[in-house]
Amino acid sequence: MAFDKTELEKVAQLARLHMSDAEKDEVAGRITDILALIDQMQSVNTDSVTPLAHPLDVTQRLRPDYTTESNRRDELQKLAPRVENGLYLVPKVIE
Amino acid sequence: MIEKTVAELSRSLSRREISSVELTKAYLERINRYNGSLNAFITVCEESALTQAAQADTARDNGQTSPLLGIPLAHKDIFCSSGVKTTCGSKILHNFTAPYDATVVSRFKEAGAVMLGKTNMDEFAMGSSNETSYFGPVRNPWDTDRVPGGSSGGSAAAVAADLCAVATGTDTGGSIRQPASFCGLTGLKPSYGRISRWGMIAFASSLDQAGPICKSAEDAALMLNTMAGIDTKDSTSADVPVEDYTAELNNSLEGLRIGIPRQHFAEGLSTGVEQAIQEALNVYRELGAKIIEIDLPNNHLSVSAYYVVAPAEASANLSRFDGVRYGYRCDSPVDLEDMYKRSRSEGFGDEVKRRIMVGTYALSAGFYDAYYRKAQKIRRLIKQDFNSAFQQVDIIIGPTSPHTAFNLGAKTDPIAMYLEDIYTIGVNLAGLPGMSVPVSTVHGLPVGMHLVTNDFAESRLLNVAHQFQQNTDWHRQRATAFTEGH
Repeated sequence: MAFDKTELEKVAQLARLHMSDAEKDEVAGRITDILALIDQMQSVNTDSVTPLAHPLDVTQRLRPDYTTESNRRDELQKLAPRVENGLYLVPKVIE
Repeated sequence: MIEKTVAELSRSLSRREISSVELTKAYLERINRYNGSLNAFITVCEESALTQAAQADTARDNGQTSPLLGIPLAHKDIFCSSGVKTTCGSKILHNFTAPYDATVVSRFKEAGAVMLGKTNMDEFAMGSSNETSYFGPVRNPWDTDRVPGGSSGGSAAAVAADLCAVATGTDTGGSIRQPASFCGLTGLKPSYGRISRWGMIAFASSLDQAGPICKSAEDAALMLNTMAGIDTKDSTSADVPVEDYTAELNNSLEGLRIGIPRQHFAEGLSTGVEQAIQEALNVYRELGAKIIEIDLPNNHLSVSAYYVVAPAEASANLSRFDGVRYGYRCDSPVDLEDMYKRSRSEGFGDEVKRRIMVGTYALSAGFYDAYYRKAQKIRRLIKQDFNSAFQQVDIIIGPTSPHTAFNLGAKTDPIAMYLEDIYTIGVNLAGLPGMSVPVSTVHGLPVGMHLVTNDFAESRLLNVAHQFQQNTDWHRQRATAFTEGH
């Protein structure tokens, strides 16, 4: 199945990726090739096969609910591109 | 001294033939001298390495002993290391200083090992040649026109050129085993869950597993002894007892049943590599092993299934990089949406973006059953193939890679690059432990043999690899341009 420009724009929006018009054709072409590789899976009938989501067939361990994290706000905010008064700054969202 | 294995260095340290400070200085000197041509390290921690080495020497003077005490090693730049830049080979994390240590990193600190620095890698571990790194490609010490393999290419090049005694890596589809193969080293990908993933930047959470890249199987056992074990911070770390992985290294291989998958000796395998593996099998025959042909009938679907599962998980894992709390943010965003999109598009490289796109598509409404669910069913078939094989045999052996290291820039088509991992990817889908061990050279380039055992049978795996190395010296062969004296 061809992965066309419309499909590409939709997926880029879902993935929050910006694609310039210049690169759209090339990226769509590459993804079409990858999907062709992936489609080799369709040659096998798997109607009666149970999906395997994870290599370890185990259930998640439970533990008592207690605090494991300490408050490291100031230290962690040093990593942020922009902070002010303990808040992360982003472009204006509400007018 | 610098060419020695960890086991040998450990003995020299305990006999006081050398101090950790002397050893650390020797490796730092080599890094200064050779990293310019190899690009194996993204960050070198000269000062802290020397401090750690001095601490290790003091600890030894105070009676402390541990096989890794004072051993200079390097970590793949995917492991968070407190106070040290941790980039994952990406522009989006080029300025990220980790605020904590990965469990793997803290375990080595506790063992008294010295961290020389952080090694180069394919961006977010997505690649098989180390050419997708934002920090530039790594070169193979055996031939600097060639790739070291990937994604743990920096770790492999660093060990192969004796810039460190040993290094850590991660393996999602072959990223420890293939570079080990291309650089003439011993690489171990343990069973899924054997080593904590906490603090290891996630690519594909149901496939990722850490492991060592070493000069011998004995070293791999020593490294696994330190790395393995349950971790309350990683709920997918396995609650399976940790063995002393050195205990069975010397067991006899008499009667060992080795399975040879027909599908791994078919079209696409270079004749030089095939011949090298056949010769290695003769070594095992002489040691009393039986060689049995087996089938992995769904092996040809492993790459297809992988390129749904891995990108799908990656698209979710990499959604955290949004330019808000850490990492790269684009200049003058007009609004929030623009900030997300441009920070991500400018911060991620082409291969990472392609995989995010494929994963997002595979998980999107209307396509989930056809792609993700289908891939999970194929994953079951692949796991079942291995299960049936292990009813007949104790270990599976084949080539790690279809050929030896290729030239930089030789594979521009992503599909050609994906097929590099045709023999290794199934092992990740099934969660099994696998190793690559050097068995020969072809035209001066190393060939790796791939060994796979059943879940959590690492002791057996290491035993079979070690016995080969006790009877051959391929693991002792060095990249001549970087041997001591050059």
